[in-house]
Amino acid sequence: MSTATRSRPDGGRRISRGMMFLLLAFGALVMLAPFAWLIRSALMTDAQIFINPPQWLPNPVAWENFPDALTAQPFARYFLNTMIIEVFVVTGTVLTCALTAFSFARLRWRGRNVVFGVLLTGVMLPYAVTLIPTFVGWAALGALDTFLPLIVPAWFAGAGGGVFNIFLFRQFFLTIPYEMDEAAYIDGANPWQVFISIVMPLSKPVVVVVVIFTFIGVWNDFLGPLLYLSSSDNFTLALGLATFQSAYTAQWGLLMAASLVVILPIVLLFFVLQRYFVEGVTLTGIKG
Amino acid sequence: MSGVSTAAAPTGARRRGRRPTTGRSEARWGVLFAMPAILGFLIFTIGPMIASFFLSLTDWTVGGTPGFIGVDNYVALTQDKLFWKSLGVTTYYTLAAVPLALLVGFVVALLVNAGWRLQSLWRTVYYLPTLVPAVASAVLWIWIFNPDSGLFNSVLRAVGLPTSNWIYSESTAVPSLIIMSTWGFGNAMVIFLAGLQGVPRQLYEAVSLDGGNAWSKFRHVTLPFMTPVIFYNLVTGVIGTFQVFNQAYIMTSGGPNNATLFYIYYLYTKAFTDSEMGYASALAWVLFVIVLVITALLFRNARSWVYYETGDTR
Repeated sequence: MSTATRSRPDGGRRISRGMMFLLLAFGALVMLAPFAWLIRSALMTDAQIFINPPQWLPNPVAWENFPDALTAQPFARYFLNTMIIEVFVVTGTVLTCALTAFSFARLRWRGRNVVFGVLLTGVMLPYAVTLIPTFVGWAALGALDTFLPLIVPAWFAGAGGGVFNIFLFRQFFLTIPYEMDEAAYIDGANPWQVFISIVMPLSKPVVVVVVIFTFIGVWNDFLGPLLYLSSSDNFTLALGLATFQSAYTAQWGLLMAASLVVILPIVLLFFVLQRYFVEGVTLTGIKG
Repeated sequence: MSGVSTAAAPTGARRRGRRPTTGRSEARWGVLFAMPAILGFLIFTIGPMIASFFLSLTDWTVGGTPGFIGVDNYVALTQDKLFWKSLGVTTYYTLAAVPLALLVGFVVALLVNAGWRLQSLWRTVYYLPTLVPAVASAVLWIWIFNPDSGLFNSVLRAVGLPTSNWIYSESTAVPSLIIMSTWGFGNAMVIFLAGLQGVPRQLYEAVSLDGGNAWSKFRHVTLPFMTPVIFYNLVTGVIGTFQVFNQAYIMTSGGPNNATLFYIYYLYTKAFTDSEMGYASALAWVLFVIVLVITALLFRNARSWVYYETGDTR
């Protein structure tokens, strides 16, 4: 848009712009090559994959890889498990992080800023330092091989990683004019009512950002399910894919088909909600 | 937006600064609402941290009774070849992967930001790899690195270049994983892009008026304004790479010959394969201290090169 007004039509500049375009295009090809390789391999039979010299494109297209891969292990079950965890974790994270942020942004109490500052230090903490006692604790409660260790922390404002979300909510809440709350308090509302019927409805953008990043976090989590889930019936997609990989080591067509199925929802989510993604990364990055 | 404000508008005269009932009740609500985070911090952060410190002073293995052994675990660490190996592997990886992601991310952000009609398309393409779930990415890259029919060796063979054993050879395993991690530089790039929007345009014009070229614009305007963003990406990058686990677990099992024995992977095998919870807790605390020291050093060092606009301190 602004290029037309800014760039002067001298040759040197046009050449360097051409170079920049070529660089960008070449870089884009490099970035996309693994995706191309993924899709190509997902659509090939083993016989085509191991042919020498290599066959670059699937011919004929092995669509059967998808049903074969997804039934080789109970991926539908893994998906269901993942979604159950998603629902509880996303709800808990949004609710408790927003509530805490509301307290930090819009209610006055002694020690508020100190508490907020202490919570923020949790961002820097390597998860390894809490890993073993947390595991031992869940084991003592008899909660191994249940979803509880993966879900319950989310209802305590995400515990650890959740500080990020509290921070995001707080930043957003600070931009909402306080007159809104005032008016409701005059009408006799209590803080909970102000939170749920005034502040939250105005905060859709930040809610969407937190939902997206929490959803992706659960979808991608590997170490959590690896530690806590042991029976195959309880596996998540990430854990299921990893075990699929170790069980079908050389069946690349099937492995790539399964990987593609695990990747696709996140990519689709991105394309539908792209605006919020960029907003979220920007919010977390710049203001942090 | 405005619908809400009219619906909630008071009938009587508005008083400025009206708070929820009395100050004491406001404080009570405030603490109540912050409770999830406070309890969560105590139960899932502080508690386990203290517990892991005490565990690190014991010889506890799963199934046995813990006995207090003082700092023996920490002394044993200094003699543990695998501990030093894992520290070396992790440091090697961090020193290469973080600067590479920052450099590539910054350069690409500058290129993407050069006022293209399809800017969001470029951004999307470069950001896409960061969306791939870690496990799927690991599975995909095992296949890309496959020495017989993987992407890299197929291409290298097709153009007549020597092939490599990638993650399957001791000397190339970590560099391979660095290549893989650089594929995900999109996160740093997007943050750089956002930072570039904050560089004041009029300063570029000022440099132009003084007869400065593109390089001096970059050197004297873009770079100083971007130092806080570079710093942010540096700190989060270092903290992230010190906690690499998935690649070692899924792709290499720490091998070949411990070439990819990342710190957290070593800790994991000590705790959950060998069941040496006391020793693994000592490993965890050493990592905690290392990350703490590195972060502190980065912040101290930042004063000399990170530029903050005055009046923007919070």
